[in-house]
Amino acid sequence: MLARSVSRFLHSRRGFYLALLLAPPLLWLGTVYLGSLLVLLAQSFYAIDEFTARVVPELTLKTYRQLVGQPANVDIILRTLAMAVAVTLAAAVIAFPIAYYMARYAGLRMRAFFYVGVMLPMWTSYLVKVYAWRLLLAKEGIISWALTGLGLQGSLDRLLAVPVVGGPSLASSYIGMFIVFVYMWLPFMILPLAAALERVPESLLQASADLGARPGQTFRNVVLPLALPGLAAGSIFTFSLTLGDYIIPTVVGAPGYFVGMMVYQQQGTAGNMPLAAAFSIVPIVLIAIYLALARRMGAFDAL
Amino acid sequence: MAAIELRDASRAFGPVVALDRVSLTIAPGEFFALLGPSGSGKTTCLRLIAGFDQPDSGQVLLDGVDVTDVPPFERNVNTVFQDYALFPHMNVADNVAYGLRVRRVAAAERRRRAIEMLELVQLESFAERRPTQLSGGQRQRVALARALINQPKVLLLDEPLGALDLKLREEMQTELKGLQQRLGITFVFVTHDQGEALSMANRVAVFNAGRIEQLDTPRALYTQPKTAFVAGFVGSANVVESDLADRLTGRAQAFAIRPEQIRILTDGTPPAGHVCVEGVVEDILYHGASSRCHVRIDGGALLAVAQAESGGAPSLPALGTRVRIAWAQASAVPLE
Repeated sequence: MLARSVSRFLHSRRGFYLALLLAPPLLWLGTVYLGSLLVLLAQSFYAIDEFTARVVPELTLKTYRQLVGQPANVDIILRTLAMAVAVTLAAAVIAFPIAYYMARYAGLRMRAFFYVGVMLPMWTSYLVKVYAWRLLLAKEGIISWALTGLGLQGSLDRLLAVPVVGGPSLASSYIGMFIVFVYMWLPFMILPLAAALERVPESLLQASADLGARPGQTFRNVVLPLALPGLAAGSIFTFSLTLGDYIIPTVVGAPGYFVGMMVYQQQGTAGNMPLAAAFSIVPIVLIAIYLALARRMGAFDAL
Repeated sequence: MAAIELRDASRAFGPVVALDRVSLTIAPGEFFALLGPSGSGKTTCLRLIAGFDQPDSGQVLLDGVDVTDVPPFERNVNTVFQDYALFPHMNVADNVAYGLRVRRVAAAERRRRAIEMLELVQLESFAERRPTQLSGGQRQRVALARALINQPKVLLLDEPLGALDLKLREEMQTELKGLQQRLGITFVFVTHDQGEALSMANRVAVFNAGRIEQLDTPRALYTQPKTAFVAGFVGSANVVESDLADRLTGRAQAFAIRPEQIRILTDGTPPAGHVCVEGVVEDILYHGASSRCHVRIDGGALLAVAQAESGGAPSLPALGTRVRIAWAQASAVPLE
């Protein structure tokens, strides 16, 4: 009886019902999510007193001047950006055929197998995977061993001899870091891409062929434009995850700093909260620019 | 020379035989219908002609040339899809011009010809719209314009009117027929709607279980069905099996009799040359132009009898009454 009258009450008052439904998540999002983001933003406009090492709660651009004024910091930003772009491009190139197969050709069972296969690595601890990769990529690791066994030691040496991206071993080079990043974020590219491709009806591809388009033309004119929203969604993942990560650059790769590592270090050992906050703003700004570019290129037109 | 020819074409999907050694020839300029229930093989047949699918055995010929292994983008055939398959990321003009774009026709020229095609279907003012901003009937016309821009020799239409409501469907039937006569190209369309096939096509192939049951003109299909399936699928018919036929007419040959050929006798004597039988009126369905009585005849079979609406006094017998029905022996169509 009570349940019924409550149901009736909610049914007749749509607004109250919606408020009840949305209040908890909105409070959570509003305070915990956006609130902390605003605090972060505010922090970045403070600066640290160099003598006392205390945060001075006065609005200033000093920290930002430090961020973009010091060549070392600019290097860190550019290095992180270059890695994020490279990882995103590689993930897109590797993910596309897999996603296309999953969406177009795989039978029900094969599709389930692929979905589980793509997501399975995400069920394992992130740290375990990163450290496992360090072992795989080490000088005495299985990859080096297998390449030697195949007589490709020379190729690996030549690859590692490339300036900047090379290094003494895969595990201590940017190439190795790149491999681990691509491995880690690949599922985040495959899944939205496969979802976007699944929504493209078979008849559109047939119509394109029917009107005289060779497979390459159908791909460029129909498949790719309709896959763009998925590609955009996936690349936002790979791009932002790479921009913010600090564990992979710490465990694998060359000694150069990345944005995430700087955030970690500045708010921790260095105790410079404003600079850490300013570094945290970098990925947000870069992603905003990326989204604006993607939008201008029409990535969301087919949504 | 035949515009389209299928020679012993077969296609199976796993254990399901979709098409079983089908042969057919379609002449240039024909308006040809592939008619049948779902799963009868008519759509598979269309896909073989378009090139979206290859037969397991047999051949497909266009203009006398074997195109069995020629991909769709090299066939001079265009298709109007059941769901129209308009590209959602292009506007109407770009959709229509697509066939020219992939043939690398200059932008200005393809724009001009796209507008020309849109004029043909009276949609020139919609050139800048997106397909999602159009109604079903308008999308259908865009699909038609897009398929015709490459000036194909053959236009294939897959259930072209299936998604339209009744009134629009009747308009489009007239329009499609007019368009086909003006362009003079071969139209092949797939439908499960026998009324559509009869009213639009010059010739109809009736499909059942992967085979062509009968290939004939609409009139011949209706008046001279060869099998019980065709008699029942094209229009409605009473199919009288051979043992009942034996009792009624003295000949053990199954036959079909259309409901409108059967009369309810009011006076005692059946005319000469008529078969006469008694039964009980079990059901009466009012259809507007006519009514249909189901008469359970002695021996158990149920026959449908159509009575034209007289507009005045009710000419129908009451439910449950005993009536005598009769039909001219000559109007019964013997079946295989």
